[in-house]
Amino acid sequence: MLNAVYRLVAPRRFDVTFKDIDLCGDKIIVRPTHLSICHADQRYYQGARPAEILEQKLPMALIHEAIGEVVYDPTGEFKSGDSVVMIPNTPTQEDEVIAENYRRSSKFRASGFDGFMQDLVALDADRVVRLPQGIDKTIAAFTELVSVSVHALNRFDKIAHKRREVVGIWGDGNLGYITAVFFKAMFPDTKLYIFGADKEKLEDFTFADETYHVKKIPSDMKIDHAIECVGGEPSQMAINQIIDYINPEGTISLLGVSEYPVPINTRMVLEKGLRLYGSSRSGRADFEKTVAMYESNPEIIEYLSNLVGAVVEVDSIKDMTKAFEMDIQKSIGKTIMVWNK
Amino acid sequence: MIFGVVLAGGIGNRMGNVEKPKQFLTIGNKPILIHTLEKFYVNDKFEQIIVLCPAQWVEHTKNLIKKYLKDTERVVVITGGATRNDTIMNAITHIEEKYGIEDDTIIVTHDSVRPFLTHRIIEDNIKYALEYGACDTVIPATDTIVESQDHKVISNIPDRSKMYQGQTPQSFKVKKLKQFFNELTEEEKEILTDAAKIFVMKGEPVYLVAGEVFNIKITYPYDLRVAETLVKEER
Repeated sequence: MLNAVYRLVAPRRFDVTFKDIDLCGDKIIVRPTHLSICHADQRYYQGARPAEILEQKLPMALIHEAIGEVVYDPTGEFKSGDSVVMIPNTPTQEDEVIAENYRRSSKFRASGFDGFMQDLVALDADRVVRLPQGIDKTIAAFTELVSVSVHALNRFDKIAHKRREVVGIWGDGNLGYITAVFFKAMFPDTKLYIFGADKEKLEDFTFADETYHVKKIPSDMKIDHAIECVGGEPSQMAINQIIDYINPEGTISLLGVSEYPVPINTRMVLEKGLRLYGSSRSGRADFEKTVAMYESNPEIIEYLSNLVGAVVEVDSIKDMTKAFEMDIQKSIGKTIMVWNK
Repeated sequence: MIFGVVLAGGIGNRMGNVEKPKQFLTIGNKPILIHTLEKFYVNDKFEQIIVLCPAQWVEHTKNLIKKYLKDTERVVVITGGATRNDTIMNAITHIEEKYGIEDDTIIVTHDSVRPFLTHRIIEDNIKYALEYGACDTVIPATDTIVESQDHKVISNIPDRSKMYQGQTPQSFKVKKLKQFFNELTEEEKEILTDAAKIFVMKGEPVYLVAGEVFNIKITYPYDLRVAETLVKEER
């Protein structure tokens, strides 16, 4: 079947191409309904990745955060019309030790191969997870981003030592907000402090125990563990600030993506015996846990609804460009494309 | 009930034509007809997909379907008629005999040589045929349309902003289509090249569904080359 795929062919330019979908295999076919734009998509769209990366990756369909409706399932597990979230990470090899999202052999949509900006998407049967009935689709659209937080918090639970009186999250953007919401749900007995650079954004973290502007942190501040959700150039300041305020043998979970290497005060890392570990992307188990928590903790959905920014109806390639340009203007929140193309 | 009707060539125009009809030519690694059919096949809203082709190609078409589709129960191949509308009427007769016709029985008719049809276009056709009784897939005209009554000089140049180019699918409530068609005189039937026009002539609304520029009809060798370019693997 000749499937329309809307690829970014050059910065700020989308075009259609066609790829054959083989119906003889066991692939599930999903019609995307709601797509959410991520910083990573924006870096390609604006041509902000190094030239050799753009040369290597484009043309490629963007978007790795999306939900849709099952159209065709030869395995019989889903009915047509079932709402599902699609998993962008696509393992190609089994591994009993290394998680699917860290295997070098795994492929990732809108990074190594075409993302979800397509008429129909063909996926392996284990790359879709059923969504709860009646869920707000503009919120469910960025479940992938939420699952990245859930994945990082699971790793935190495995790696961080047991003294968890105070945990700090650096970053008041989307990822910081989502991670904080889930942290409160998963670790209700731990005090959660948020450290950010934007007073207004910090005011939205009403569920946190304290919020601090990064320029006005009390000198006697102490935290047991930290989660960095800053990314980019400011992540240098954030990580070194964490190193200053964290108690010995604390753990620092790094979630923020930076295009360039970040200098770190390793002397203090050594002196305090700190552990820094990275968390990136997510796998099927994280999606399943995320969806289960949508149902078990309905307050989460209410908090996440604060992140729904512009909702753009996409009927044409022009609308795709419009959605990406609107997304550039926003200060926080997610731009959702309602996919009518 | 909803039926897919894939029009794969009326017999009249192609009699004695030794050239292989375009729907059997290959794009990528499959015949064009199969690419088109697959779009209907994955949509389980269709009770049955009826492929209509010239009598001498029925067996060949059946064999292709067996070769390329997993489960062929929902696909039936029958002989088309002398004209496009006769062919559609053959499909309607088939539906009437096998399933009966209710008020909301719908057909989504589509040219087999338009394999770039999208899922969204099919879904919109079903939606608007149910809502309005008939719909037609179109794109805004990009070239100025010029009318000439005598084929020598221009008689009219209509306002381009109101002009559209017709594509397919065209979708209809079967009961109405059959009734309107049967009410036409033989002369009217003669000049009728388009099923949507039957509704227009009766003053019935035909809703416009947005098509796609790439939903091209593969008619000439040039179109086939364009189609091959569209599916060529870039990376």
